[in-house]
Amino acid sequence: MDLSAINPAVLIASLMVAATPILLAALGELVVEKSGVLNLGVEGMMITGAVCGYAVAVSTGSPALGFVGAALGGALMSMVFGILTQYFMSNQVATGLALTLFGLGLSALIGQGYLQLRPPPVGEVNFGPLADIPALGTIFFQHDAMVYLSLALVGAVWAFLKFSRWGLILRAVGESHDAAHALGYKVIHVRLMAIAFGGACAGLGGAYLSLIRVPQWTEGMTAGAGWIALAIVVFASWKPVWILVGAYLFGGITVLQLNLQAAGAMFPLAAIGWILVGLGLIDALVQHFSGKNPSILRIVFDICLVALGIFGTWWVHGTLVPFKIEYLSMSPYLITILVLVIMSSGRGRAALSAPAALGKPFHASS
Amino acid sequence: MNEVLLSVEGLTKAYPGVVANDAVSFQIAPGEVHALLGENGAGKSTLVKMIYGLVRPDAGRMTFGGAAFEPTTPHAARAAGVAMVFQHFSLFEALNVAENVALGMESPPPQRQLARRIRQVSETYGLPLDPDRLVGDLSAGERQRVEIIRCLLQDPKLLIMDEPTSVLTPQEVGILFETLRKLQAEGTAILYISHKLEEIKTLCDGATILRLGKVVGECNPREESARSMAEMMVGQELHTPSREAKEPGEVVLDLAALSVASSNPFGTSLRNVHLEVRSGEILGVGGVAGNGQDEMLAALSGETSAPPDAIKLCGQDIGHLGPNARRRLGLLAAPEERLGHAAAPDMSLTENALLTGAIREQLTGGGFLHWPKARDFAGRIIEAFDVRTPGPENAARSLSGGNLQKFVIGREILQRPACLVVNQPTWGVDASAAAAIRQALMDLAAEGAAVVVISQDLDELMEISDRFAALNEGRLSAPRPAQGLTVEEIGMMLGGAHDMEVAHVEA
Repeated sequence: MDLSAINPAVLIASLMVAATPILLAALGELVVEKSGVLNLGVEGMMITGAVCGYAVAVSTGSPALGFVGAALGGALMSMVFGILTQYFMSNQVATGLALTLFGLGLSALIGQGYLQLRPPPVGEVNFGPLADIPALGTIFFQHDAMVYLSLALVGAVWAFLKFSRWGLILRAVGESHDAAHALGYKVIHVRLMAIAFGGACAGLGGAYLSLIRVPQWTEGMTAGAGWIALAIVVFASWKPVWILVGAYLFGGITVLQLNLQAAGAMFPLAAIGWILVGLGLIDALVQHFSGKNPSILRIVFDICLVALGIFGTWWVHGTLVPFKIEYLSMSPYLITILVLVIMSSGRGRAALSAPAALGKPFHASS
Repeated sequence: MNEVLLSVEGLTKAYPGVVANDAVSFQIAPGEVHALLGENGAGKSTLVKMIYGLVRPDAGRMTFGGAAFEPTTPHAARAAGVAMVFQHFSLFEALNVAENVALGMESPPPQRQLARRIRQVSETYGLPLDPDRLVGDLSAGERQRVEIIRCLLQDPKLLIMDEPTSVLTPQEVGILFETLRKLQAEGTAILYISHKLEEIKTLCDGATILRLGKVVGECNPREESARSMAEMMVGQELHTPSREAKEPGEVVLDLAALSVASSNPFGTSLRNVHLEVRSGEILGVGGVAGNGQDEMLAALSGETSAPPDAIKLCGQDIGHLGPNARRRLGLLAAPEERLGHAAAPDMSLTENALLTGAIREQLTGGGFLHWPKARDFAGRIIEAFDVRTPGPENAARSLSGGNLQKFVIGREILQRPACLVVNQPTWGVDASAAAAIRQALMDLAAEGAAVVVISQDLDELMEISDRFAALNEGRLSAPRPAQGLTVEEIGMMLGGAHDMEVAHVEA
């Protein structure tokens, strides 16, 4: 296994680039979910943003205008969802899934005329001598403006939710729409604004893919990034700073996967064995901290997992079986499932960070 | 009383199929405590929602402080000096006290300053509160303090209180009344909604009585008897449920050291509950909302499981059994929430009868449903309990609260339980239906069943139960004979005043 071809500074720098689209989309979805709305259409809004941004940038020659167009496109797309769910009370899960399918189809249609074109290049922000610092310069000072914008947005969303009055109202609406309504807040307006913000962020994330990361337009190019963004919101338990951690972690996995592929690395079967051991131990911990009486069956199951992992690895010791790189790309979803299990089994504070009115339809009855 | 603060004239609001308020008029003077009396569905809530700007009237006009008053939003009403304490608290559990207060204010100061003012005002009025605590961790009495302080911070001229005492212990009620009297002395008018007549007699200067959306009378509560006001509210004579005293028989339900963790993060876990209920006996379980009532019902009905020997029915361990196994053995339950817990709202009465009656009434066989038998069972419930509905094919949602409650309770009673557990059997039910339900529960006990009634209505418990026990933070007090218990004793059993103190402002 030859890992010397991977340069850590370049790896981290490309990790940041890989993470930016999902970071943007996840931030938007965080705000949407904090207002009590579950929009599963992130993937559809991202791909719409990708094609809108691409089309605008190619026609005007300005990447900046492209990103504006992408944000507008994503927001418009999200308004389809917003109007259906908020005014016509349609089911949020079904509408969100439909939005993804609709977005994929619509973007393919719009993108037909742009298949072979190159978008205008986006330059790095010029930090002068800072960019020449070894390692640090590569990691922090050689990026395009969108990377810095996404980082600023993390801080802005955090401060907005924590300190501003509008942020408080948004959280209140997501916590109990009936109480917010009784106090005279316009639940539907607040939610529509949150949905539009989420759409705009997803659009920016999509355009980052088509204008900077790839940069080209191909059908279905988001390839599941929207779903990862959704997963990150849960993984981060609705906290903006953790969104950053989650996005960079999962972005890192993507980059690592590409680099490992390039380096032709093979994983021993031991990895699978140790994953089993880890799962068993984590589940046992969950049992321990959930405050419930642990069931014998679960404990036996955990012991079996650990034993299987250890003895399985021992048994095939020496026989190196190629570890499929796809297992790595599965990991964001596996981690999310794990987080969900931990949250729903524990009755602690973790479960409380989820907005209480998430996904529930609101109808002003009075 | 020449001065008028709020005057309401001919206020009318109609919803499809029902006139909630029909030409309602009344007046409140500054510093007056005015009661709005009426049964559930009489239109009290709609009326105050119009005053608070949540609902717009179809006709009529209001003046406030001499000027025309037409609030279109609660913001406008608050700006004019109207504040409201809601019946179902308008609080956000995952936010802290200061954030909750800020949400109810028009232009709140920065959080740190607000926290200081909350401490200041709460101490002045004897309602101690920590601004940094999460509302979800507070008791019902403390939550109400949050609402009251939210109102007080805005120096209201008129304070509307919608059923404020339904969640308080008698001691907490006393403290609330002290606070209200201070406010009254400061010139704040209070519009007080309740159907607890004794409270109104001690607190209020005037009363307007509503029935079916119309004003049917005004009176001075201090000069009326509780019974005369009740009859004005109901529009007919009330008959009090009664039964003959009977010696209790064998122990039917036996709880020993029952501890169950709540499934709700803000819920209360049951801690070490001991209880014996005998055949022919009604045991009343009182307690302020959120002290473990829902958890107790779930533990008894089988929705949450417990160690096998923690719950015994006629000597048999049943703690580990699910609801259907317990039904088979004769332990039936009727939960509090009518729509969604006790009954499936969009299913017909026949289907709802089938849902809990299938086992004891043999409404299924070989995996198939016996529709004729189920329809017949639903029909028997409707007839025996005077459920007003066109027929068993109607959806549960279409019934009024009182009628659906009669159906839900009747469904369990007709299955001849050995032990019946009910939670809030008459919550939000009109007086005549409530009397019928109480009578049915007493008849059931007279026939030899053991009955556990969990309720927050102390008057109801005193009326029907043989023994009384109180739930406080998940612990059950030792049951005491209900006869001869004083209000003070009950209050202490309910946990006293939870560290509240009497207001000590100089008025």
